[in-house]
Amino acid sequence: MTPGPHEPEGLEKDGLRRFATIWSRAVYPVTQTSMTRAELEDYLHPLAVKLCDAIHEHPFSAAPGREVGVALVEGHCTSPDALPHLLGVIDAYLVLYGRDPANKNLSVEEARARCSRLQHTIAAGFTQALRDRTLGEQEALSRAALAAQTAVEEALHASETRFRAVFNDATIGISIADMDGRIRDANETVARMFGRSVEEMRRRNVNEWVHPDDAPEVWKQHRQLVRGERDHFRVEKPYQRPDGTVLWTNLTVSLLRDPEGEPRYQLALLEDITERRLLHLRLRYEATHDELTGLPNRTLFAERLDRLLSASGGVKRFGLCYLDIDGFKAVNDSLGHAVGDQLLVAVAERLQSCTAGSGHLVARIGGDEFAALVTDPSGPEDVAELARQVLAALATPIGIDGRELSVRASIGIVEGPSGELRPEEVMRSADITMYRAKDAGGNRYELADPDSDARAIDRHSLTNHLPAALERDEFFLEYQPLIRMSDGHVDGAEALVRWKHPVHGRLGPDRFIPLAEHTGLIVPLGRWVMEQAVRQACAWHEQRDAEKVKGAAAEAPLRVNVNLSPRQLHHPDLVPDTVAVLEAAGMAPSSLCLEVTESALIGADEDELKPLRQLAELGVEIALDDFGTGYSNLANLRRLPATTLKLDRSFTRGLQQHPADPVDVTFVEGIVTLAHALGLAVTVEGVETEHQASQLREMGCDTAQGWYYARPGPASTFQHGFAVTP
Amino acid sequence: MERPAWAPQGIDLTVPSVSRMYDYYLGGSHNFEVDREAARRAVEAWPGLPKLMQANRAFMRRAADFAISEGVTQFLDIGSGIPTFGNLHEAAQGIDPHSKVVYVDNDPVAVAHSRAVLEGDERTAIVSADFRSPQDILYSNEVERLLDFDRPVALMLVALLHFIEDKDDPWKTVKEMSDALAPGSLLVVTHSSADEGPKRDGGAGVRDVYRQTSSPLIMRSRSEIKQFFDGFDLVEPGVVALPRWRPETGPESDDPVLLSGYAGVGRKAGSVG
Repeated sequence: MTPGPHEPEGLEKDGLRRFATIWSRAVYPVTQTSMTRAELEDYLHPLAVKLCDAIHEHPFSAAPGREVGVALVEGHCTSPDALPHLLGVIDAYLVLYGRDPANKNLSVEEARARCSRLQHTIAAGFTQALRDRTLGEQEALSRAALAAQTAVEEALHASETRFRAVFNDATIGISIADMDGRIRDANETVARMFGRSVEEMRRRNVNEWVHPDDAPEVWKQHRQLVRGERDHFRVEKPYQRPDGTVLWTNLTVSLLRDPEGEPRYQLALLEDITERRLLHLRLRYEATHDELTGLPNRTLFAERLDRLLSASGGVKRFGLCYLDIDGFKAVNDSLGHAVGDQLLVAVAERLQSCTAGSGHLVARIGGDEFAALVTDPSGPEDVAELARQVLAALATPIGIDGRELSVRASIGIVEGPSGELRPEEVMRSADITMYRAKDAGGNRYELADPDSDARAIDRHSLTNHLPAALERDEFFLEYQPLIRMSDGHVDGAEALVRWKHPVHGRLGPDRFIPLAEHTGLIVPLGRWVMEQAVRQACAWHEQRDAEKVKGAAAEAPLRVNVNLSPRQLHHPDLVPDTVAVLEAAGMAPSSLCLEVTESALIGADEDELKPLRQLAELGVEIALDDFGTGYSNLANLRRLPATTLKLDRSFTRGLQQHPADPVDVTFVEGIVTLAHALGLAVTVEGVETEHQASQLREMGCDTAQGWYYARPGPASTFQHGFAVTP
Repeated sequence: MERPAWAPQGIDLTVPSVSRMYDYYLGGSHNFEVDREAARRAVEAWPGLPKLMQANRAFMRRAADFAISEGVTQFLDIGSGIPTFGNLHEAAQGIDPHSKVVYVDNDPVAVAHSRAVLEGDERTAIVSADFRSPQDILYSNEVERLLDFDRPVALMLVALLHFIEDKDDPWKTVKEMSDALAPGSLLVVTHSSADEGPKRDGGAGVRDVYRQTSSPLIMRSRSEIKQFFDGFDLVEPGVVALPRWRPETGPESDDPVLLSGYAGVGRKAGSVG
């Protein structure tokens, strides 16, 4: 601000500048301005000039004081404490520093009086400005608060609209109930799920919605939630719909608390899982039932068996009938699978009729295997009774496509206390027992017994060890001599295989040959036996030649007999293998006799006989073993390539008595006559007494074998000779 | 239950607000009785508070001067409070009329008032956001409209960080924000501290008052405050008591209370584009 035109420059200006300095120094500490002190001084200086001008103005007016008061407030000297400082400096220094040398008429007294009046108006202006400012700021603040609140309300409204939309349009059902269970709000989805209107839903109470199929913990958890002890829970819960159908939901209930933490509302989210549940049940049914017969399948059976066998199941005993249809394969093979399937369906129906209403589970385990599971039988007899009923039910022929099919079945029964056997042990025992029933002729039941099981398990273990035994050379041969009856000399020897088992010790062929036959190991084992036997025969030949030279008494066999199993007989390599063995040893085919059981040749057609015929043509002897035990068609005998009949020991047994059984005598005589008529030699087995031996010799038997002559033994025993005087 | 970010924040005018208390300290009337009551108690516990606030205001002006002298004319002022005498935008635009200022505050009343005051101002804007959610600030419309982050920005955290508790890790947030800044940007910080100054109770009294407000007050040591400048080169004279940061005149009013606050300015390292 520039000084007025009438005011001289110089001293006066310096005076007011000094005044402003004093003024700002006094006021600065009590202001709230963010100006620096220098800035404040600059701000105050024009005000000082204005005041000074006012003092010297003619006529005097105190009005500028009011403007200065306003300006001080605008300069943020607003603290009430500032006012005494502001006025105090004016009072003390303004007149002194604000002298106007040009205005000599103004007395000091008058100047002071004017200064006082200016202070009054400054105070008034200051107060007025401060009041205006305060009111203005308060009003601005209120407007701001209102605006902020409006904004919040708008945002709340938008938020609530958004929540409403979520609530209304959600595909999940939402309902909110108070702590008494009264539903306060529910969305369309939940109303639709329940088959009611939203209004109807709002009249309901969640505590009414008890359903018989509720999980046991649902209402306990709900009570905990209502008491505020739990904040949410999640269950599958059914609800009754007005139309009588059941709504299944995935229900999540959450507790809503007020700001003080008190429970206020329960929020329920419901997902309709009715369809999914049905689908699940159907899938579960499909997964646990047999498609063909509709019976429970192996999966469900296994689950039930598990439960029945577990000690914690609350069941004392269990019973199992394990059933396999006898000869089912033949039905399938001869009549076709469609008929086989119909038969299975009919069997399933008969089985179900036997167990109807008993609570027993009948399942199809697979193929033609079925099982009935009995809960808490009183004992084995209870289960056996069921087996008898089943066999009786199956006994009536089943009519399929105008055919009457009679069904036979073998049943293995396992019965016992729960909590002892594991499911796989029970199933194994049932399987073994069922096969015992089959082996015993079928169409019957057998009760499991630990000894049979143990034997079967042994068999199983031996079967498993057979291949390794062959590799480890655990087999060895013994030989039993065949004595020529005409002169009592050794004619040949039968090679018999033994197993030196590392655990069980020496095992006879009856223990493992059927197993080897079953698994097919008989083929390599048989080849090994033939190699060993032929090699041995070769050694005997050499020995015999050497002894001839020496003229010694002991004699070695001319021929070795080797048994051929049915499986070997049908093996395509039989002929080449045999030829190779003979050639490798350099032995004449006539020094080998292959023993084939009569039963293996029953029903054999020409194709099947061909390998034997080829061998016979090569000069290999063929002996018909166990002759007389099968149902040989004697007429067939002439077309078989056999050279020898080995008469079964059952015929010679009767000749041990004295006098001999006349029927047996007649039989043997007849067979010998017949054999000789066909050009076949006859060998008898099981000769144990001298009397037997002489009788058989008289009847014309050619060779004999038996303990009377020698038991089977190592090849070395032949060096001592077996010469028997006729 | 955690309130979702998009649900509106309520306004409770019965709780003292730090921005309205600040206004009261500065002699303003943009405050309600609850704010004044709390402020009076704070002053009783710590009589120098108004002076300290005034010194903050003065420092902010000096810092703005410095920024503009360095060529930085974009300001992001977080915790700006109630616009009152000696605003940053008035100060900055008083020196360089092209200066751009974006204010940020989480107090809805302060925001509403700022919005009213700034109406029609093309170079100044206010964002309603919280320092603890830096992404809300950096990606706000106002920041995207007014500030060019390819050029240096002065990030003003004046009298703000002492309201952010350790559990909210203010260092991490400062780092997150400064990562968005171009090299040459400035970080301007003031922070209350019990290191020095006349209060022998370590500021406990005033802390108790602030505990009842919308934002509790956290005193930090000078070394903790210096950590905010990680990744920045402190400009002279470093982190010092408020009035000692580049004073315009001599140390004329070295009221010991002013030593209770530290101030510092850092420059983000790296080549200026």
